Amino acid sequence: MLLVIEQFLNGLQLGITLFLMSAGLTLVFGIMQVINLAHGSFYMIGAYVGATVAAASGSFLLGVAAALPAAALCGMVVEFVVLRRLYEREHLDQVLATFGLIMFFNELTRIIWGRQPLFMEVPLWLGGSVELLPGLVYPVYRLAVIGVGLAVAVSLWALFAKTRLGMQIRAGGVNRKMVGALGVNIKLLYTLVFGLGTLLAGLAGVMAGPILAVESGMGESILILTFVVIVIGGIGSIRGAVAGAVLVGLVDTLGRAFLPAVFRMLFDSSTADSVASSLASMAIYILMAAVLVVKPKGLFPAHS
Amino acid sequence: MKKVVFVLFFLAACTHLAIAEPVKIGMITTLSTKAGYLGEDTRDGFKLAIAQEGGKLGGIPVELMVEDDGRKPDKGKQIAERYIKKDKVRILTGIVFSNVAMAVVPKVVRQDVVYLSTNAAPSKLAGKGCSPNYFSVSYQNDNLDEVVGQYVSETGHKSVYLLAPNYPAGKDHLAGFKRYFTGDIVAEVYTKLGQADYAAEIAAIRAAKPESVFFFLPGGMGINFLKQYSQAGLGREIPVYGPAFSFDERILNAVGPAAVGVKNGSQWTHDLDNEANRQFVKAYVEAYGRMPTLYAGQGYDTARLIGSALKAVSGNLDNLDAFKAALKKADFASVRGNFRFGTNQHPVQDVYIREVVKTDTGYTNKTVKKVFADHVDAYASQCKM
Amino acid sequence: MTSTLRKNSIVASGGLLLVILPILVSWSGHDYYISLFSRILIYGLAAVSLDLLLGFSGMISLGHAAYVGIGAYVVAIFFHHASEMEPLFTWPFVLEGSENGLLVLPLAVLISALFALVIGSLCLRTRGMHFIMITLAFAQMLYYFFVSLEKYGGDDGLSLYSRSSIPGMDLGNDIHFYYLCLGSLLVFIFVARRLVYSRFGLIVRGCSNNERRIRALGINSYSYRLALFVIAGAGAGLAGGLLANQTEYVSPGLMHWTLSGELMVMVLLGGLGTLFGPVLGAAVFLLVEENLAMYTEHWMVYMGPFLVLVVIFAKRGLFGLVAGGENGNE
Repeated sequence: MLLVIEQFLNGLQLGITLFLMSAGLTLVFGIMQVINLAHGSFYMIGAYVGATVAAASGSFLLGVAAALPAAALCGMVVEFVVLRRLYEREHLDQVLATFGLIMFFNELTRIIWGRQPLFMEVPLWLGGSVELLPGLVYPVYRLAVIGVGLAVAVSLWALFAKTRLGMQIRAGGVNRKMVGALGVNIKLLYTLVFGLGTLLAGLAGVMAGPILAVESGMGESILILTFVVIVIGGIGSIRGAVAGAVLVGLVDTLGRAFLPAVFRMLFDSSTADSVASSLASMAIYILMAAVLVVKPKGLFPAHS
Repeated sequence: MKKVVFVLFFLAACTHLAIAEPVKIGMITTLSTKAGYLGEDTRDGFKLAIAQEGGKLGGIPVELMVEDDGRKPDKGKQIAERYIKKDKVRILTGIVFSNVAMAVVPKVVRQDVVYLSTNAAPSKLAGKGCSPNYFSVSYQNDNLDEVVGQYVSETGHKSVYLLAPNYPAGKDHLAGFKRYFTGDIVAEVYTKLGQADYAAEIAAIRAAKPESVFFFLPGGMGINFLKQYSQAGLGREIPVYGPAFSFDERILNAVGPAAVGVKNGSQWTHDLDNEANRQFVKAYVEAYGRMPTLYAGQGYDTARLIGSALKAVSGNLDNLDAFKAALKKADFASVRGNFRFGTNQHPVQDVYIREVVKTDTGYTNKTVKKVFADHVDAYASQCKM
Repeated sequence: MTSTLRKNSIVASGGLLLVILPILVSWSGHDYYISLFSRILIYGLAAVSLDLLLGFSGMISLGHAAYVGIGAYVVAIFFHHASEMEPLFTWPFVLEGSENGLLVLPLAVLISALFALVIGSLCLRTRGMHFIMITLAFAQMLYYFFVSLEKYGGDDGLSLYSRSSIPGMDLGNDIHFYYLCLGSLLVFIFVARRLVYSRFGLIVRGCSNNERRIRALGINSYSYRLALFVIAGAGAGLAGGLLANQTEYVSPGLMHWTLSGELMVMVLLGGLGTLFGPVLGAAVFLLVEENLAMYTEHWMVYMGPFLVLVVIFAKRGLFGLVAGGENGNE
């Protein structure tokens, strides 16, 4: 039973990490109607800059403090140089241009940082584990990730629901021309939104740094998962991103944890292992296909 | 008339020059993708051997051509084809990954070309699929798991929890471990290829309470697993073991303290006590400013082996059989000390257990124990040449 | 009219060049280029089939490589069973392996089409961004399925020990094989052209412009779009079958989403909705990749911005630049 609780917690934590990535992407999708495959690159930039600064200064917080503006700045430059020209174009053009950007950023990190993965340490004050329930120990750092994710979710909600800027952003997503006519600098607004999205990706990257390998190309594996999350949740909806992320995190983790046991009850052990593990690796895609077949616009479509 | 003579003379000079042309060696390796550093080390080790002789191997001038396969089998195949057909290369080497090797090697060794493996050595090419034109200078893939299996049994662990990615190489490596492990297998878990988060697996290990854990998770997967395993506080409770692929010097510096003390199996360590190794490690650090990995050692050995054979045939590859016979003698000073080829042209060598340690310059391995002497791979008997 | 003339003469001379290429190449002694160009033709075929979706119906599939992979695996699996002398299955009837190209290549087309039918019937329920993502999801599913399919080599893939056999042709000979690829490509382009300029094509193109109007005409746009999706899948399957023969090797990497992305790049580079353009796009992409990779191992740092520039400035692709005139889509 404790194991089940622990696996739920693991799923939740994976989901929260995915949410950090998805929030930025769904924002850009929903408000600017632009598809950005290079979102994972900003995650990677966050992780690389964070790891480098943290290693040089010895401080995790300084690493985070450097990673966020770095990712945001790169994002705004990319928006200004490339994506701005593609808002009026078809999704296809956006897909291709950002595909090119992925190639560029991956190779650039290899040129700058070399080919070997970087090291990033869990800060001492977040190291170790705590005993949540008798017999259930859980790493503090992962709890911290859950905390950061929840904080981001709440502040995004507050930004959009309570502030004037949030209102302008939402309005810009619905009717770009009208908001422009009302005297809002819509170009600047879009650049800011894009920067906010990439900042969140950078945050996800630097938070993942101590848990995962910081390496060139690390963005793509999470990028695909992120897409799955926002498509399940409904493109452009923060609420949907939360729901999608948690759902994907749980399905993926619980699938890996319990499918083999379930299958071992049905088949002999070697078939069970291989069937279960291939099903576990396909589980989230099956989930996504199923959701889209039933609800073609996702669970919480933004503009329904 | 004079002109004609001159032209003829010129042509003759050209053909003469053609004979003195350097011997071309085609290296197909992985320089891009996440695994790019593996190919980089292989290449740098190989290049070091050439540089030490001033552009020669075994006294014969050589030209090394290197190209990135991007870890894609069909790209590797395409490069091999170009090397053979366009550049007339007769010596190929360098592939890092088994899947690229399986696409390239069976095809090229049916032509009049020699392939020397600097790393990937899948079981299919060691057993029934062996070929007189194929040499593995590194190992047979399972060797480094077999040694750990033997060692874990010797240390008295009665049970083990196995973990590998869900693809054929993962199954091969676990099979290698099981071949020499005598205790109980608590579970055999196959994870997604390229998986990032191992929390679910680690929780399951904690619940299963095995006496030891053996994992084969190359590259970034291993970094992720080791970091998370140690963060979960299991590092102190249940010891982990693995083959050297997750413990090379460049990975270790990305894993950090989480790997210290972990024992792993390898055929080479930088502290092996022989003259060839001492000068190799020193020269490599001087040339590239980083510690060599086993891949660098394998690249270096391959180059020196080619050098020994080129010397024996005076750089003449027209008679490829003579060149292969010279290769098979393995008449060179390997950085591994003992080295010779078995009947299937895979190494017969000593295999060690080493331990991750921290030094002033970062993390590295030190040799703990020689577990196998003159170890022969499990597939040699199936090879009929 | 002059622009049509110009376009036609460019297509004709391009076609002629491809037909006499092996003669030129073997005369100049660079045999290697024949196999490189076979590869270009095969990727060109896959890109043309993708162009049917992207350029004529606005269906942006980011999972097209899946059908290339299926086609390749069909050929490889049949070959594997033939060389192991072991039937594929024995129930409900016995199915033996085969190396006969006249059997396995059509089968590759058929089975890819079947997969496209099933997958397409689900994907076409969605639109826009969701369509991109669900096609990607299905391709990833197939990718992970084949990675863990131990029987057929999993991630290590399957090696073929020779090419398929076709009576009267020696496919092991690179020139024969080249003409097989060229023939397949030309036939597919011919069929595709007939298709898009027929009533069927009119409806499909209409769906991408104004679906409501098509529906108002009492036409069930879903089945038309599905039919096109299946035809595109079949073309990709043929390309896959040929690719398995060309490299004599298949692996799940053929289904990876980056290959789908590269196919898209080829289409856009060559010219969206032109059917001939994607072949040009495939040629340029593969040649640039090949040559850049020879000069610098960091070739992607140049290729990436190059793609961005193409997207921003060369809207109609290279074919539009050389041929001028209008795209088929406009």
